[in-house]
Amino acid sequence: MHRRGVGAGAIAKKKLAEAKYKERGTVLAEDQLAQMSKQLDMFKTNLEEFASKHKQEIRKNPEFRVQFQDMCATIGVDPLASGKGFWSEMLGVGDFYYELGVQIIEVCLALKHRNGGLITLEELHQQVLKGRGKFAQDVSQDDLLRAIKKLKVLGNGFGIIPVGGTYLIQSVPAELNMDHTVILQLAEKKGYVTVSEIRSSLKWETERAKQVLEHLLKEGMAWLDTQAAGEPQYWLPALFTELYSQEITPEEAKEAIP
Amino acid sequence: MDRFAWTSGLLELGETLVVQQRGVRLYDGEEKVKFDSGVLLLSTHRLIWRDQKNHECCIAIPLSQVVFIEEQAAGIGKSAKIVVHLHPASSNKEPGPFQSSKYSYIKLSFKEHGQIEFYRRLSEEITQRRWENMPTSQTIQVNKDSQAGRIRAVGIVGIERKLEEKRKETDKNISEAFEDLSKLMEKAKEMVELSKSIANKIKEKQGDITEDETIRFKSYLLSMGIANPVTRETYGSGTHYHMQLAKQLAGILQTPLEERGGIMSLTEVYCLVNRARGLELLSPEDLVNACKMLESLKLPLRLRIFDSGVMVIELQSHNEEEMVASALETVSEKGSLTADEFAKLVGMSVLLAKERLLLAEKMGHLCRDDSVEGLRFYPNLFLTQS
Repeated sequence: MHRRGVGAGAIAKKKLAEAKYKERGTVLAEDQLAQMSKQLDMFKTNLEEFASKHKQEIRKNPEFRVQFQDMCATIGVDPLASGKGFWSEMLGVGDFYYELGVQIIEVCLALKHRNGGLITLEELHQQVLKGRGKFAQDVSQDDLLRAIKKLKVLGNGFGIIPVGGTYLIQSVPAELNMDHTVILQLAEKKGYVTVSEIRSSLKWETERAKQVLEHLLKEGMAWLDTQAAGEPQYWLPALFTELYSQEITPEEAKEAIP
Repeated sequence: MDRFAWTSGLLELGETLVVQQRGVRLYDGEEKVKFDSGVLLLSTHRLIWRDQKNHECCIAIPLSQVVFIEEQAAGIGKSAKIVVHLHPASSNKEPGPFQSSKYSYIKLSFKEHGQIEFYRRLSEEITQRRWENMPTSQTIQVNKDSQAGRIRAVGIVGIERKLEEKRKETDKNISEAFEDLSKLMEKAKEMVELSKSIANKIKEKQGDITEDETIRFKSYLLSMGIANPVTRETYGSGTHYHMQLAKQLAGILQTPLEERGGIMSLTEVYCLVNRARGLELLSPEDLVNACKMLESLKLPLRLRIFDSGVMVIELQSHNEEEMVASALETVSEKGSLTADEFAKLVGMSVLLAKERLLLAEKMGHLCRDDSVEGLRFYPNLFLTQS
């Protein structure tokens, strides 16, 4: 007597159900994609309307830009991710930041031989503003930071290091770990640091302090003053601007990207 | 003098101060009146006279009442004057110091001079008739309340008022902008949720989603600026946009690459391309995503990532390993070189010079001398002279 393999039948049925389920699943995704496409069109219209009323506000008002960026971040949207994105195309935010990126790269390159690829946000801000001329839009430090964050993806070693109340911007692919960062922060107050200071404030052994300082020297980010009274001082040219501001010389400008 | 009305002396919105002069005496026609020592102010809309001793005593006349003006030269013991001929007072004129007058003109006597400038300015204002373009909310204010007597220069109060109005206007614009922005973000948030839901479906049924659908989805994400929830990687890679971009880049970069020895860092490329475009610039991510597709599209350029993380674009025909051989020659000739020195000699950027030397070292051709004076490379004699 034949006994239908309950197993076989069941499996067959199950397979059929699965196939149907899969089919429905595919249809569901198709539906949703269509829905997304429609919603996207609607959103584009909303954004166009917003742009027609407030595009100027974004261009002219740095505080409003910050609000805008923060809101985007909160909901999980990156308006600067692509020049082809709606935000960029309709609000013009893209061009603003991408051009700023170019200016930042050029300034950092022009000054690299002097400061080893480390520059304070203030100095960068000053130099960028100078380069933009009197009639360009206002650019805030927040704008610079956002542009720099986008530049990281180019692999050139762009980084942002918090020191004191401000930031140092790194623009070379040098390895800077926590130890280096801490020393930079220590040096921020006076523009230089000594081994004794490191020992007393950070409680490090001399060897560790020396290693970190030597790395900074090698990278050109620190200069050694052996003629200082007492012990040698390690100066950070990136922090010099408080002492004297310098213009980019024509030679330096030439070394920057043509 | 019956055309004058009492006023607080505060400038209206849209009214600007043009010139003012101290030491002015008023005449009703030929007769002196008690207003013998005051500051005369000319605005775009009115002539205002304020008593120097009693600041609350302030009268004004709209410029629209002026028919024409004449100069009267100074004489012995007589100050220079300006004669102002006026239209009859309008019936709805605010109360003033004089109910009636037998004259249809007044005189402004400049005891402390200043009449030349004043005359010039007054002529200008009467000719330009700027009060017609800038209607004020009230033409003349009545201020009988002496408690309002705050001693302030009319000009400054007017300016402050205007700044305040402007601030309020700006605030209104900003708050409207924020409101609109919030509403917009709500809608954007819905898009993000929807995309997450779709991504989940895709994840569950890997292989059942067509290639086409995936590409469509990615391009939607690209438009919105949403990261790809499935792969978490840079969304947008693999969209038609990036494919097109890659092909464009291959065209744009051919010559610059040849001019630079076949290799350029990605930051250089970014600057070059965007400077050339001027508008509709590429984002850094756009560039990277496009470059990632170069090889698969069989284009004559490729993206290369060094150990240090530095990213470059090379011509396919470029062979960095071969360049290493010539680098070794150069270093040998000079005995030793730092990246800076090598860069200057060869005419490369320091960044790429360093990468080449590091590669040479990796391949065993060069040795490093790492000291506080910098990183210096020597030919690897251990290898060649063992």
